Amino acid sequence: MQTTDDDVLGAALRWRQEGRAVALATVLETWGSAPRPVGSHLVIDGEGNFLGSVSGGCVEGEVVSEAVDVIVSGEPRILEFGVADETAWRVGLSCGGAIRVYVERVD
Amino acid sequence: MRRDLLEKLMAERAARRPAILVTELDTGAQRLVTPATLALDPLAGKLREALRTGKSGMVEDGETRLFLTVEVPPPRLVVIGAVHISQALAPMARLAGYDMVVIDPRTAFATPERFPDVPVIARWPDEALPAQHLDAFTALIALTHDPKIDEPALSAGLRAGCFYVGALGSRRTHAKRLERLHALGLSAEETCRIHAPIGLDIGAVSPGEIAVAILAQVIGTLRRRDAAPAERPA
Repeated sequence: MQTTDDDVLGAALRWRQEGRAVALATVLETWGSAPRPVGSHLVIDGEGNFLGSVSGGCVEGEVVSEAVDVIVSGEPRILEFGVADETAWRVGLSCGGAIRVYVERVD
Repeated sequence: MRRDLLEKLMAERAARRPAILVTELDTGAQRLVTPATLALDPLAGKLREALRTGKSGMVEDGETRLFLTVEVPPPRLVVIGAVHISQALAPMARLAGYDMVVIDPRTAFATPERFPDVPVIARWPDEALPAQHLDAFTALIALTHDPKIDEPALSAGLRAGCFYVGALGSRRTHAKRLERLHALGLSAEETCRIHAPIGLDIGAVSPGEIAVAILAQVIGTLRRRDAAPAERPA
């Protein structure tokens, strides 16, 4: 079975209740043929373990590493990925779409 | 995100109640809005619209950019009649991601052996439905052909604002059914929401084909509900 977004939010809460440091990433906006819809979630813990998906695999690595920083700082941030973005040369969306992702710590 | 908000969101979901997490993107400030608190919220109009479509997304309030995480209950089929069509419908509903429950007072029909995929309740709809909490995210599907069983359920489904209400039977059967429902006090405005004959008109013949026609009509009604009239106020 595919992991549903419901499971991801449920996992965010369970992980937090287990005492793990947790960040939540949410797809805010998409342009073009982005692989995951607005509202999709990725949950990340302080060790870099993650569950869910914001892009079907293209940029999860970058989101996870930003999330680990957010867990430390507690400051939410907005990440942008797309072919027009310079980071696309490193971690772009091969589908040609673009996404904006919100990353926040679960306190 | 505050943990207490996440806990509340999960509790609302477990109770099959919709909720919206509102996040101010510039400050990170968040609040959880439920139908009970919606009227008092400064974004009430936009939040009501979001609950109706069930879609998460960005909204703007003057200079403030906000994101709405919209949580609506998973769609569910309440099927009246443990009949052949329901047996075909049960595995299809599971594959399509719909919860399903079957209600039929006839104990010879309503057996777990006939329905390995879904719960079966061998009681009359009047007894079984109150515990099912029919809501705007539930489809009520009546398949027994028996007015004593189907009609109280149809009436309950209409009054609860189920997003879909459908009944098996020919046009002639349905015309008689409407007369009885109107005699019980339902208005023509209410009963015109009943899909009958049930299912998309694809010439379905076998129980499996009829189940496909019903499920397709349920999906179409759910996914295009932003074009449908608003649910009845509680």
